[in-house]
Amino acid sequence: MTAVRVARTSPLVVLLVVVLAASVVAGVALGPVSIPFGRVVGFLQAAFTGGRVEAVDAAQYRIVWDIRLPRVLLAAVVGAGLSVVGVAVQAMVRNALADPYVLGISSGASVGAVAVATLGLFASLGIYALSAAAFLSALGATALVYLAARTRAGLTPLRLVLTGTAMAYGFQALTLLLVFQAPHGEAARAAMFWLLGSLGGVTWGALPVAAAVVAAGTAFLLASARRLNGLSMGDETATTLGIDVVRMRRRLFVVTAGMTGVLVAVSGAVGFVGLMLPHLVRMVVGSDHRRVLVVAPLAGASFLIWVDVAARLVAAPEELPLGVITAALGVPCFVFLMRRRGYVFGGG
Amino acid sequence: MDLELDRVSVDGIVRDVSLSAGTGEVVGVVGPNGSGKSTTLRCVYRALRPSGGAVLLDGRDLLSLPPRESARSLAALTQDSHVEFDFTVTEVVAMGRLPHKGAFDRDTGRDRDLVADSLRRVDAGHLAERSFLTLSGGERQRVLVARALVQEPDVLVLDEPTNHLDIRHQLDVLALVRGTGLTVLMVLHDLNLAAAYCDRIHVLDGGRVVAGGKPVDVLTPDLVEAVFGVRAHLVPHPVSGVPQLLFEHPEVSP
Repeated sequence: MTAVRVARTSPLVVLLVVVLAASVVAGVALGPVSIPFGRVVGFLQAAFTGGRVEAVDAAQYRIVWDIRLPRVLLAAVVGAGLSVVGVAVQAMVRNALADPYVLGISSGASVGAVAVATLGLFASLGIYALSAAAFLSALGATALVYLAARTRAGLTPLRLVLTGTAMAYGFQALTLLLVFQAPHGEAARAAMFWLLGSLGGVTWGALPVAAAVVAAGTAFLLASARRLNGLSMGDETATTLGIDVVRMRRRLFVVTAGMTGVLVAVSGAVGFVGLMLPHLVRMVVGSDHRRVLVVAPLAGASFLIWVDVAARLVAAPEELPLGVITAALGVPCFVFLMRRRGYVFGGG
Repeated sequence: MDLELDRVSVDGIVRDVSLSAGTGEVVGVVGPNGSGKSTTLRCVYRALRPSGGAVLLDGRDLLSLPPRESARSLAALTQDSHVEFDFTVTEVVAMGRLPHKGAFDRDTGRDRDLVADSLRRVDAGHLAERSFLTLSGGERQRVLVARALVQEPDVLVLDEPTNHLDIRHQLDVLALVRGTGLTVLMVLHDLNLAAAYCDRIHVLDGGRVVAGGKPVDVLTPDLVEAVFGVRAHLVPHPVSGVPQLLFEHPEVSP
């Protein structure tokens, strides 16, 4: 039995919305150049209501509006997206150890991104080259995994996991080959940094696409929440509950792969969020996807904002990859909660 | 609502199986391991598409109905009950409402009453807030029966509903199933329970129906010996009078 479970979700949702708003303000305020919270709120008000900013504040306003805010908002979008995709993928392959990257899509994306970074492909696309290459090779990887895993009986959970994992090894080998063959060390370093996830250099350009994809995907999954519960009970049981399992898993695959591809393209492969957040959320609200899929994106958004703040501050002025922070924060926190709450993983 | 299997075949496992269950009738399927009982049932609850023949629900081909619609008429207890996530018993039972709900429909008071009532009927009311994963095999089985009831079907398809249950709960669950008045098709291993609780019994052997009819006509010592390879004696139950089998135990025979 889970010892601590909230009885109702709505107060928790309200709390998480407040925390998210506060996290956005804090995420904008904190950094190598700290800006007082009151000013951040003032700047944001000015920006959204068309108010005036004093000339002496112009430099700080630029930091807030051009650099910090898009970055913080993208962190929120990526955190929300990875959490939601993690929940969906775990239900789709009925495996508590699955995460958004288990299907090999992120490894596929990294092949393209690293090829761009080390070989200088797509140079004409400028700063979008990396994202474009990552997204295109994620699509390629998705198609490969789908075709290899497909059987007459549709996509079965174990086959999906095994195919995705095997393909991921292949893609990783290619990525490493590219990194080690890189003509100079700097390119390889940039590639590795990207692989571990980063929101450095984010502009407003990437935000609308990522936000729209995450919002649409989350809406689709929320509409499927009841059926995700059914799918968690096994394919045969889901069938007796009136779910067309083959079609549902195919749709889930397309939606989660598309979301993962976009997220990896804008932020690299930020590890651990998509595995850990779903479990943290289930520990608190239980496994019913109608609650998990509401709470997970809010929790994930705030979580990644703070991870990104830490990435900026811990070794300032150097930045750390997000994956390093998520692992450093996440592993102990996860192990602690898992042991303390007597949380029951599947398979029991 | 009546259920009819018309010459259902599944490549290499089941051949030309025809059997039926009329409205409100409790029909048992018995047979040795590997005789195709579960495969036959899987065709009925749509986990398997037969390679030949058809399953008819009130005369309509089951496969012509959308899955949601057939799930509103037909609920099943399967052998596959592996759960990966930590759902509470109430959540598991409430999943039975799935075929009745649209994407954003909320649970109503009636849904909650149905869930609580079904749990009480299988003697599992006290388990409502427990984690499904922490239950014993028998408790899980009863909870899954409750989920099938919450689905408000006309037809119940049960694959070994007494599996893992102690003797009292075996009798309780079968009495409950009979008491629902629903059309029931179930696989049972215990021939004596089948004789006591089924209106009719079909015997499967090697993927074919080898006998069918009232328990007293079907479960003869000759048939039991031919199909199961066990010598048995048919005696009337001292209280109820239903036919019961006593088996010879080779190693302890004088």
